Amino acid sequence: MDLSPVIDGFGVVLEPANLLYCLIGVVIGMVIGVLPGLGPAATIAILLPVTIGLEPVTSIIMLAGIFYGAQYGGTITSVLLRLPGEASSVVTVFDGYALARQGKAGTALGIAAIGSFFGGTVSIVALSLLAPLVAGVALDFGPPEYTALALLGILLVSTVSSGHRLKAVIAACLGLLLATVGRDGFTGAERFTFDNLSLADGLDFVPIAMGLFGLGEILHNLEERHRATPAPVAVANVWPAKADLKQSSGAIGRGSALGFVLGILPGGGATLASLAAYALEKRRAKEPERFGRGAVEGVAAPETANNAAATSSFIPLLTLGIPANATMAVIFGALLIHGVSPGPQLVTQEPELFWGVVNSMYIGNILLLIMSIPLVGLFVKILRVRATLLAPITVLITLIGVYTVNNDVFDIVLVIVFGAVGYLMKKFGFDPGPLVLAFVLGSLLEDSLRRSLLIFDGDPTGFLTRPISGVLLAIFVLVALLPPVRAALSRRRARQP
Amino acid sequence: MTEPGSRSNGDKTAADPPAELSLADAVHEVEQAEHDLRPPAAGPVTNAVVAAVVILLGAAALLGSWSLGVGSARTPDAGMWPFLVSVVLVVLAVVLLVTAKRTSDAERFSRGSWLVLAGLVTMVVFVAVVEHIGFEIPAALLCFVWLRFLGHEGWRTSIIGSAGVVAAFYVIFVAALSVPIPHLF
Repeated sequence: MDLSPVIDGFGVVLEPANLLYCLIGVVIGMVIGVLPGLGPAATIAILLPVTIGLEPVTSIIMLAGIFYGAQYGGTITSVLLRLPGEASSVVTVFDGYALARQGKAGTALGIAAIGSFFGGTVSIVALSLLAPLVAGVALDFGPPEYTALALLGILLVSTVSSGHRLKAVIAACLGLLLATVGRDGFTGAERFTFDNLSLADGLDFVPIAMGLFGLGEILHNLEERHRATPAPVAVANVWPAKADLKQSSGAIGRGSALGFVLGILPGGGATLASLAAYALEKRRAKEPERFGRGAVEGVAAPETANNAAATSSFIPLLTLGIPANATMAVIFGALLIHGVSPGPQLVTQEPELFWGVVNSMYIGNILLLIMSIPLVGLFVKILRVRATLLAPITVLITLIGVYTVNNDVFDIVLVIVFGAVGYLMKKFGFDPGPLVLAFVLGSLLEDSLRRSLLIFDGDPTGFLTRPISGVLLAIFVLVALLPPVRAALSRRRARQP
Repeated sequence: MTEPGSRSNGDKTAADPPAELSLADAVHEVEQAEHDLRPPAAGPVTNAVVAAVVILLGAAALLGSWSLGVGSARTPDAGMWPFLVSVVLVVLAVVLLVTAKRTSDAERFSRGSWLVLAGLVTMVVFVAVVEHIGFEIPAALLCFVWLRFLGHEGWRTSIIGSAGVVAAFYVIFVAALSVPIPHLF
């Protein structure tokens, strides 16, 4: 393996601007991780207008920092308040809060921070080794393979995640339809523009992501009944004892490996990884009854795994051009705004961008370790900020921010419309994630489908005769048919006594 | 998706999961505790209406793409891809309608939904007037409504807060970054 681009990547990271935006990113990530309310996908969407003025590599370094930083921050509220700041820290609640009640909040936070750092770092090393290989294989992919891959990616993200599978796939279909608005690249026909000039070039990604994720989430939170935030438990010593570290070292190792693998799978990601790692440790434990009562492994495993997964979920995005989850879809959008289309060529054609972003994660993880151990008290104080104060500020940042992209009031209208749509989707159980993901892949998918049909001279069975696209489509059919078939079988079994 | 994110104000009073609880149960319990703060689940009528709306959307897209021209596999026209997607959408929405009785993840509209509507109205007012009178007045109004009526802050916090926010936005966006957002001063 030629190491010089990797080393050049470190040069990119060490440029002062990039270091600064890496720091800004991880601090924002920590803060939104601590604050309940906005998740990383929403925060990254809201900050998209800010990144437009930056270099592509700088902006992705910052956005990536927000994503993995949030994994660190989410732990703090899980342990101290029994409120998971992020979905990926839900399982940390059980043992983390139990430890906090035993006066060992510091131990739990310390172990979580060390596990997160270890998991994150292992995952970056593995990513550095694996990503160029994957990209190398994918370089031979033609339009048919890309069509199959994009279809499978969208389906996996919609069905693997929690929530209503059917509704998630419906949301994805809506995203694909929204992507067709505007002038058709092949025939020049205007599609679904209703003679509106602003729609002729298609819908912009920024107002859609900001509306569905940002405003939609804020509006949805308005309906929650208010409850006073309880005072956090005092945090004394964050350095974990040697015995605790020794006890959780196995969990940290296994969590890193499991998290890395699950993070690569589309639809897997940090939440699934944290659940699986917790379950694995509990099954392996000699005394499983300790879990839920303050087992340090019960904190170490999920926190390590969610960080490892957050990092490795960059692999499908940066090597295949397929985002593995909602946050990656927004980062995909950010790359497209900068005129970079993520895919197998990225490693060879944009080595500074690729290695700059990957290597910035080492620095980011070191910064996060510092913030999570000596400076943890500072972030605990953020818990006193009331969500009611932040909501109007976030709304105004969104409305003004979206305007700055094109200096067009129509974009503000769009962001409000998609904010309302996002609220209604959440209200009725539709995850907006698959919609945004499908929207971002939509035109590329249509493009490669039509190119494939040209290659096959109009014969759709051509997809099945090419080995890679055939296998991918076979998996697609399996994934699509398995859940309804299983549900039907179990219902039939339930009927027969 | 991995980031629902909207995990606000969870429940501290929920019982701790006993040790023998399975992982799925425990996760379910945490989700349940968070759910307590949300409006109750919607009934089968709402679920059916939602499915029907999706069917209508799909049907409209279906007709729209048909009128664009579908073409053939050899010479696909502009409407082919949206047509295929709309067919899938309509089929899935019909399945959703058939299974509407069994879905339980939609929420009922509650009194809190009026707050959401009020929040949307402040944004619509903002976009309607921003080009004519600048961002300062509608932004202050939006901020005040959100703080006082949607966030239940006190009058003093709300007034000082909204004035402060607008001043800060003016300094950052207009004075420092010279963003061309329409402004009064």
